[in-house]
Amino acid sequence: MNAPMNPRKLRVTTTSLSGCFGCHMSFLDIDERLLELAALVEFDRSPITDIKHCSQHCDLALVEGGVCNAENVHVLRELRANSKILVAFGACAVNGGLPAQRNHLDVGKCLSQVYRTPDGSATAIPDDPELPLLLDKVYPVNEVVRVDYFLPGCPPSADTIWKFLTDLLTGRTPRIEHPLLKFD
Amino acid sequence: MSDTSNANSFSIDGQRIPFTPGQTILQAALAAGVYIPHLCHHPDLKPHGSCKLCTVIVNGRNGSACTQKAMPGIEVENNTPTLNDRRRVLLQMLFVEGNHFCPGCEKSGNCQLQALAYDLEMVSPHFRHAYPVRPIDTTHPDVWLDLNRCIMCELCVRASRDIDGKNVFMLAGRGAESHIVVNSPSGRLGDSALSIDDAAAHVCPVGAILVKRVGYAVPIGERQFDEQPISRQVDYLARRHIAIVPAAETEER
Repeated sequence: MNAPMNPRKLRVTTTSLSGCFGCHMSFLDIDERLLELAALVEFDRSPITDIKHCSQHCDLALVEGGVCNAENVHVLRELRANSKILVAFGACAVNGGLPAQRNHLDVGKCLSQVYRTPDGSATAIPDDPELPLLLDKVYPVNEVVRVDYFLPGCPPSADTIWKFLTDLLTGRTPRIEHPLLKFD
Repeated sequence: MSDTSNANSFSIDGQRIPFTPGQTILQAALAAGVYIPHLCHHPDLKPHGSCKLCTVIVNGRNGSACTQKAMPGIEVENNTPTLNDRRRVLLQMLFVEGNHFCPGCEKSGNCQLQALAYDLEMVSPHFRHAYPVRPIDTTHPDVWLDLNRCIMCELCVRASRDIDGKNVFMLAGRGAESHIVVNSPSGRLGDSALSIDDAAAHVCPVGAILVKRVGYAVPIGERQFDEQPISRQVDYLARRHIAIVPAAETEER
């Protein structure tokens, strides 16, 4: 009855875990439609705003990248705990993607291969306590937290992202089909 | 529709499909322009019935459309939400049990597994990934074998045995340990009888057997399943044939 003329803006949080920010670039590639989107949403924690922690009660979380280290797990759990809808955003979030190409290798051997001295006599693997520890494998987002929607693509095209967001913001179940559904 | 028309026809989702005796349900459907999802079927090879993507309901019972003969008057359910849900689950299991990373695969756009996933709107692999450790064999001068992408449809096994007469490939192991092995003293592709002209070098529906030095000759975006989804390419699926080089020409090389 007394519904406000302008409903509150939806709070959107985004992050890139073990990703290349390509999905965020593709997100920005919606170009002038960003203005339309800005009328409907406001950004919370995101590389776009540079806010470091998300506030409670976010409506939508877009998670780019797989989960490769302890910090990724913390960030992902924070987003999940504070968001109504969490989206695995892009190929790496869906199946680990390029970083998951290390999954058939032993992490210890990987590190010593990369950080050993040229003559192979010693290794200088960084052990600063501020550096997050690597996980044994790179995991897709849905193997760590519950995921509501998946948006595949490397990256998902701007049109795919726009279709997904407009479906979601207008209350429809997001549907991505040919030719917008791509895994590459 | 009168009863006499049943003599040489059956129905798929209520649509009348003519057939010639001996045809399977899948062959008759494709000939009539009706799409049934499938992976391990190829028009040049004998039916195999291993991928189960083409599972339909025939007179109330499940059956593989690629192995079951078309019979007069049978009623087949094909394009139903229930069957497509099951097909999507089969695809998800195929994706997680291998290492299928489309962005880095030369087959992307020509891959039947990917095309089926697009067509059935499989947006997530759903299951826990196995991330198996599987070998890549680059020892052959013209062909490479990447078992990470193998779905064990045995098309290469059948093509090598039935068309090339070489028996280069074979399925070994049991259950989760199943894998394709190469028939050569060292077990490597480079020491096998496989030649680039063989049907087996070109029949792989995914990116497991790829020909070298032609990578990205056709750009992404202009490939087989880019323009139209696989379900609208029934004519291609029914009539694609493996180009077979005459034996004499092969010997000259």
